Amino acid sequence: MTQNPIPPQSAPPSEVEHIKRRSNYLRGTLTESLEELISGSISEDDNRLMKFHGSYMQDDRDLRNERHRQKLEPAYQFMLRVRAAGGIVTPEQWLVMDGIARKYANDSIRLTTRQSFQLHGILKWNMKKSIREIHDTLLTTLAACGDVNRNVMCNPNPYQSEVHSEVYQWADRISEHLSPRTAAYHEIWLDGEKVLDSQEQGKEQEPIYGPVYLPRKFKIGIAVPPSNDVDVYSQDLGLIAIYEAGRLQGFNIAVGGGMGMTHGDPKTYPQLARVIGFCSAEQIIDVAEKTVMIQRDYGDRSVRKHARFKYTIDDRGIEWFINELQERLGWKLEEARPYHFDDNGDRYGWVKGTNGKWYLTLFIQNGRIKDEDNNQLMTGLREIAKIHTGDFRLTANQNLIIGNVTNQKKAKIEQLAKNYGLTDGLHHSALKRSSMACVALPTCGLAMAEAERYFPTLLGKIETILEGAALREEEIIIRMTGCPNGCARPALGEIAFIGKAPGKYNMYLGAGFAGERLNKLYRENIGEEEILETLRPMIYRYAQERLAGEHFGDFVIRAGIIKAVQSGLDFHE
Amino acid sequence: MQLQVTNSPFNQEQVELLNRLLPVLSGSQQIWLSGYLAALNSTALPAANSPIPHAVPAAVAALSPSSQPEPSREVTVLFGSQTGNAQRLASGLSKKLEGLGFQVILSSMSDFKPNNLKKIRNLLVLVSTHGEGVPPDNALPFYEFLNSRKAPRLEGLQFSVLALGDSSYEFFCQTGKDFDRRLEELGGKRLCQRTDCDVDYDESVAEWSERVLSTLRGMMEVSAAAAVGSTLAIGNPIEAQASSLVPVDGLLVEEGYSRTNPFKAEVLENLNLNGRGSDRETRHLELSLEGSNLQYEPGDSLGIYPQNHPELVDTLIETMGWNPEDPVPVNKKGDKLPLREALLDTYEITVLTKPLLEQAVRVSSNKALRELLEPGHEQELRAYLKERDLLDLVKDFSPWEVSADNFVPLLRRIPARLYSIASSPKANPDEVHLTIRTVRYHAHGRDRYGVASVQTAERLHPGDSISVYIHPNPNFKLPPDPNIPIIMIGPGTGVAPFRAFLEERGETGAEGKTWLFFGDQHFVTDFLYQINWQRWLKDGVLTRMDVAFSRDTDKKVYVQHRMLEKSQELFQWLKAGAYVYVCGDEKHMAHDVHAALGLILEREGGMGPEEAGAYLAEMQQQKRYQRDIY
Ligand code: SRM
Ligand SMILES: Cc1cc2nc3c(=O)[nH]c(=O)nc-3n(C[C@H](O)[C@H](O)[C@H](O)COP(=O)(O)OP(=O)(O)OC[C@H]3O[C@@H](n4cnc5c(N)ncnc54)[C@H](O)[C@@H]3O)c2cc1C
Ligand SMILES: Cc1cc2nc3c(=O)[nH]c(=O)nc-3n(C[C@H](O)[C@H](O)[C@H](O)COP(=O)(O)O)c2cc1C
Ligand code: SF4
Repeated sequence: MTQNPIPPQSAPPSEVEHIKRRSNYLRGTLTESLEELISGSISEDDNRLMKFHGSYMQDDRDLRNERHRQKLEPAYQFMLRVRAAGGIVTPEQWLVMDGIARKYANDSIRLTTRQSFQLHGILKWNMKKSIREIHDTLLTTLAACGDVNRNVMCNPNPYQSEVHSEVYQWADRISEHLSPRTAAYHEIWLDGEKVLDSQEQGKEQEPIYGPVYLPRKFKIGIAVPPSNDVDVYSQDLGLIAIYEAGRLQGFNIAVGGGMGMTHGDPKTYPQLARVIGFCSAEQIIDVAEKTVMIQRDYGDRSVRKHARFKYTIDDRGIEWFINELQERLGWKLEEARPYHFDDNGDRYGWVKGTNGKWYLTLFIQNGRIKDEDNNQLMTGLREIAKIHTGDFRLTANQNLIIGNVTNQKKAKIEQLAKNYGLTDGLHHSALKRSSMACVALPTCGLAMAEAERYFPTLLGKIETILEGAALREEEIIIRMTGCPNGCARPALGEIAFIGKAPGKYNMYLGAGFAGERLNKLYRENIGEEEILETLRPMIYRYAQERLAGEHFGDFVIRAGIIKAVQSGLDFHE
Repeated sequence: MQLQVTNSPFNQEQVELLNRLLPVLSGSQQIWLSGYLAALNSTALPAANSPIPHAVPAAVAALSPSSQPEPSREVTVLFGSQTGNAQRLASGLSKKLEGLGFQVILSSMSDFKPNNLKKIRNLLVLVSTHGEGVPPDNALPFYEFLNSRKAPRLEGLQFSVLALGDSSYEFFCQTGKDFDRRLEELGGKRLCQRTDCDVDYDESVAEWSERVLSTLRGMMEVSAAAAVGSTLAIGNPIEAQASSLVPVDGLLVEEGYSRTNPFKAEVLENLNLNGRGSDRETRHLELSLEGSNLQYEPGDSLGIYPQNHPELVDTLIETMGWNPEDPVPVNKKGDKLPLREALLDTYEITVLTKPLLEQAVRVSSNKALRELLEPGHEQELRAYLKERDLLDLVKDFSPWEVSADNFVPLLRRIPARLYSIASSPKANPDEVHLTIRTVRYHAHGRDRYGVASVQTAERLHPGDSISVYIHPNPNFKLPPDPNIPIIMIGPGTGVAPFRAFLEERGETGAEGKTWLFFGDQHFVTDFLYQINWQRWLKDGVLTRMDVAFSRDTDKKVYVQHRMLEKSQELFQWLKAGAYVYVCGDEKHMAHDVHAALGLILEREGGMGPEEAGAYLAEMQQQKRYQRDIY
């Protein structure tokens, strides 16, 4: 097997590859860039490296033109992503995040679709302080972004507590095993003394990644059936926990999923991971490591659009991958075990775990935590964190679980939740509870249209239609993103909208309710008016013609409204 | 152009005869006459037959070879000026004196050799007051010399002082008063009494100069004829008259648009430079000078005649129960305007001064006001004047049974506001850019508006126009040699002229290094002209820049702190002959920066405090340290 980080067959490496190589393990000139005081920005090269450290340079796009006229540079600011495997943090850690959000960021916390935190609007000179505080509370931003393995997702499973805690251990160990080893993070952010190293020492520096890291981001998620909340098929490497009588047996392994695509480029497409076998829990670290190394060696390093693992596999065939993997492992995978998914949503409200502790799942619209006049979400959670003895769990649907609540504390927390207008969302329509939107404007540099800020308005109008059709309690997975990168996993929405231009979206239909089938383009480039006109008849028809328990995504296919997509390869057909 | 006793050497009878004769003479007759008179003189005074102007002193010298202590025709005009007014007036006065045949030495106090003082017979001092009653930068060394023990006795010196000032300051015309007192102490005799000028100084300046001129001429009576003879001998009496007999702007003979004849400039652009969420508002104003023929250089200022806030004017009229339409006088000539217009455009209503109250008390029966002005109440008076305006006065000391046309003339004319020009004419032909910070504050239970800045912020839109004039500032200019490095210190709006400097150096491709210190409250919202500096840093027009944002960090940092952090490099630049420019806040910044410069000289140059002070004074003398502070 080759250790050559750049596959022989590939064309000349892209600019990003050169930047990584030159960077001396992610150092680049970040330190200098951070000290330069005439601009709030950093150089493009350093921004590339910044991602590996968990941050993106952004600017407030609402103000761009206005500020240019005022002879001011764009309102440069930094997004900081904080990684916690499986999305579990302590109340102390929550309070630290809350503090940083109010001291250095824009007074809000963003829970992400991968169970991480995002803070927006941090100024260059506050980055070190922020990262220092995060580090001191035993969280990290390292590898929250960049061409490495990202936050390892894991079902936060409130009701089968001991299966969960066991699965969670593995998520954490995989995450640890695959995090970068470079000392740059300490040097730059934590004033750790400089560790001199040359590219030759690469192996010691990054035993798994090497000096140029991966060709592209890599994502791992673990589902615990019957819940597919993590959208296990959207992961580069998806693991499905197999347990019998509350004991974890091991994992089914699925590979090659991903959501991202580019408008008008059929060579890019969302794809579902395919299950290739089973391994015992103890073997999972080895499987994860070898899979990452295969992508490191074979992933396309010349065309970033084509560099994700899903293309590496689709170009060569799944069989090629299985052989390459087993060769590197030195042993063979077992046959996949049977499993079943019911859905990919969250269960709201209070549930009691098998460990006798309580779990409250709160509905957080689009993961945005901030105070508004009517409900004091941020303050409420701060107050809860002050008295809470259990944990906080970020869900894959941008929601929040207050976990491991003792009987004594339950009433108190219930009261606080009530006082500050925190909600389990049960009074919302089932549609809203099953909705997700990405961040998009004003911070996301790639957004083509609004998402988080606009989705609630659109949902409200669709809700009226649903009420008219008496479908208020019908769960329909509905998602919106501001561009085709797919951050809210739109290709898995029974109804989905992907931004094309301000106020204009492509509309997709027909994904599976449990995240087992991709949706398909139904209408292109339409505005609100047309969206509602298109949905209304469909929804009424669904209300009348659906079979017992038939989900909307399945119905539109049976009704011939849209064709079912078997594989990402025929997504564009 | 009429001959008068006051503007000619003739007595009443002669003047009448001449005025009857001169207008009816044909061109050829005039030439014949002047030739004839010249010939007469040349026979009378053999030495003075040369037809060139320089014949004047020659003639004088020849006049009295043997005569005893003879009034000198030599007049020395010294000025001390920060923002250029005294300088402008001094050069105007000199022109006029020369026109009358005097031999004039015009000099800035900083260029004047103090030990020449003994030789002088006639001295005219025009000096302003700055800071809290201190001399302008370029007057300081001379001022200190004169008040030191080194100062010579000055018996035989005749002098007169014109003091420029602003009666809203506590130490009104202090520097002028000091010179006046000191020159007398040293034995000088007053040619005529000092005049203290307020901001609307035109009339008082005219009055003082007429007194000075007639006194001087009076002493010359004897030799006057010769002077005039030879003046006429220049050959073109009409021209001689044109330059000497027409007093405009008190002293200055100006053509085209000027302070007294402002240009109505159209607003091209008016935008707020402060980003959302800033506590400040700073306007970038672009005006068109097209068709005005106005010329300016980086470092000059623009004068703006503002308009009072309509709300304030209306409330004032209402409170006094006056009629907005009543005509009221707007000048000593007795021209009239409707009250409302006059209060909007002509008179100052936002500042209270002691002189104003002293006049107001005469038309008021209010006891409290009388008491406030009685001796022993100076403290209270000073406190009262602060941050109050005419509306406060008329409310606090009612009742008033005075009519508008009796009251309004007590007010000062609204003074023009000066703004350091933020553009280079080379980079923006026919345009002038300003950087105007809006003055809004709350005092004595009312929101107060800066007259000019709030007009700019609220009532001046592209397409509107506003009265402006160029206010040259010879004391704030780029080095003559483009290779000389410059250090620019300009926090807040103080950065304005440095935008002009860099535009200029960019246009002319000057090679000299440049270093800018800027500061304000917040980086994100208050970094004035940020993208301009960034571009110049990239182009190399700006060599380096250091910034201090006081409200971004727990402990406040200002430009002087950044200077001290960089003291070593800064000292290197000074040693390399760099010019230092300071612009902006006069109350605190200018002092702190001055102190910082001193500290750097001590720290890096191993100087003692006195030595450092002297070094800076020397730099000021050599114009290597220039300030435009307000
Ligand atoms: C915060 C989050 C969306 C949210 O609403 O929660 C997010 C936000 C962004 N994503 Fe994402 N992605 C987020 C989950 C995803 C997912 C969903 C997932 O991973 O389950 C996907 C689709 C799955 C996949 O990777 O295929 C996703 C696919 C992308 C892509 C497309 C990658 C591709 O294969 O083409 C980009 C663009 C890129 O990488 O070049 C991207 C880039 C971005 C950036 C950093 C935009 C940028 O590159 O400048 C967005 C920052 C916006 C902002 O202002 O905060 N994000 N992004 C999610 C953070 C996850 C985390 O905590 O790590
Ligand atoms: C040579 C020179 C150059 C100048 N260049 C500039 C320039 O480039 N940019 C610029 O903005 N200004 C500049 N100025 C200042 C400018 O001329 C005006 O003084 C300023 O704009 C205020 O004018 P205004 O009519 O708006 O306010 P005014 O009506 O004149 O009121 C100003 C007065 O209000 C009082 N005041 C102001 N703020 C407060 C407060 N917070 N609390 C209490 N009292 C207060 C003070 O007495 C102040 O003198 C310069 C001045 C000079 C002499
Ligand atoms: C910052 C500053 C401070 C001033 N301080 C005084 C003062 O203390 N007393 C005074 O009578 N005039 C004061 N003035 C008014 C000036 O003397 C007046 O504007 C004068 O016309 C300026 O003349 P110049 O341009 O020759 O310097 C001050 C003006 C400025 C800009
Ligand atoms: S989907 Fe596009 S718009 Fe939305 S956050 Fe991701 S990159 Fe930004």
